Amino acid sequence: MNAIYILWLRELKKYTRSRAQIVASLGQPLLYLLVLGFGLGPVFQKAGNGSYLQFVAPGVIGMTVLFTSIFSGIALLFDRQFGFLKETLVAPVPRLRIMIGRTLGGATVAMLQGTLILIVCLIAGFRPVSLATAPFGVLFMALIAIVFAALGTAIGSGLQDMQGFQLIMNFLVLPIFFLSGALFPLNNLPKALSFITRLDPLSYGVDGLRAALIGVTQFGMTTDFAVLCVIAVGLLFFGAWRFSKIEI
Amino acid sequence: MIRVQNLVRRFGDFTAVNDISFEVPKGEIFAFLGPNGAGKTTTIKMLTTLLPPTSGSLELNGLDPARQQNQVRQQFGIVFQDPSLDQDLTAAENLELHGVLYHVPKKVRRERSEMLLKLFELWDRRDTLVKRFSGGMKRRLEIARGFLHTPRILFLDEPTLGLDPQSRNQLWTHVKRLNETEQVTVFLTTHYMEEADRVAHRIAVIDHGRIVAMGTSQELKERTGKESLEEAFLALTGTSIRDESANSADQLRQMARMWRR
Repeated sequence: MNAIYILWLRELKKYTRSRAQIVASLGQPLLYLLVLGFGLGPVFQKAGNGSYLQFVAPGVIGMTVLFTSIFSGIALLFDRQFGFLKETLVAPVPRLRIMIGRTLGGATVAMLQGTLILIVCLIAGFRPVSLATAPFGVLFMALIAIVFAALGTAIGSGLQDMQGFQLIMNFLVLPIFFLSGALFPLNNLPKALSFITRLDPLSYGVDGLRAALIGVTQFGMTTDFAVLCVIAVGLLFFGAWRFSKIEI
Repeated sequence: MIRVQNLVRRFGDFTAVNDISFEVPKGEIFAFLGPNGAGKTTTIKMLTTLLPPTSGSLELNGLDPARQQNQVRQQFGIVFQDPSLDQDLTAAENLELHGVLYHVPKKVRRERSEMLLKLFELWDRRDTLVKRFSGGMKRRLEIARGFLHTPRILFLDEPTLGLDPQSRNQLWTHVKRLNETEQVTVFLTTHYMEEADRVAHRIAVIDHGRIVAMGTSQELKERTGKESLEEAFLALTGTSIRDESANSADQLRQMARMWRR
């Protein structure tokens, strides 16, 4: 238990110490929120879908949690490179606990970052429709964070160099984001696209966030919750298995 | 304390460690010398549970590294060839994390951290982030960390690589002192022959995965009829240069160095 705690704490300490990085990582979500939020606003409004800022805010929060959590897992690559990974792998602690400590730490950091963006959204004029369902937003942030921190760990366990990192970014992380419905509504899509979006775990995360924050949902909050739980458990096992196979 | 019998490790067609056997009694400082690619690090990886042997038997303080991994890990401390500190944590936090991972009770953890930081002259810098440390300070901290959980065996894989003579001298002085006061068995590798000559009780020379000679420094010199250990080493292993191809870890390391500047 102590090992899990100390590794979780390590992730948090590293996060709170990298202030420049925190500010930098707010840049991209802010662009999406402000430029798309206000830029596409009039078109979206004309199409009869209401305020685009209201619509896109949960998507941007989901995106922030996705990026932060998946990179916390991929940060394994840096630990491998700077050598710290070896220190944890020769310690008399089962690897499962090391993996859980890291993953929970990464997920917590991602939630903090998501909360920060939520606050920015509120400042920009975003308003949750109901205070009663808003707490479920935190729950969905947590689920997204765990799903992708575990996926990041699974990927990071096998990464050997920076080239692989680029590949993951362009062919996995960005598609997960763009196909999730973070930026556009998932109804009335062409069949093929509609099918693919349903395979994307983040679709259910963003949909859950929308259900909780603005009362709009495609799949229903219960379905979102159930799907994310199943994926989270699956990916935690997969990540733990991959992590246990690391050789140095 | 360490017993190795007929140890073999193959990677595909390549035999990195080819049927070696040796024993290291408790409290001894044992040096493992050999050119690049001779099998030193592979042997250390097998002894420290990071790599399963292809065949042969290993024993650390009566335990089998291939099977009783967690018990074995509690028995030894290790300083790797390249740094393994968390650069974004302070010296004290690195020790604290290590202590928790090795199940050292809180009180003992604090006491030993203080003792070791003072011994390795890092006490004043305990709250500095490790990334601000010089190479020598990082090395000292890693060795202090290796001693934190009072290991029975300390593995040092080229611990003085890239250090200036002052740091190297001081480092060995501390290792010798702790070897005497805490009866720690030390298993070390180095490319600096005069260090092995100075600190090691016994030396094994390994080349192409085989142990070609073993004994005290004096015995090795007598056997080859040479004046110094360096000459004896060259007589045993030849003068050709061994080139290792860079693997992805080396490439990453190079990139890391670039970033740090």
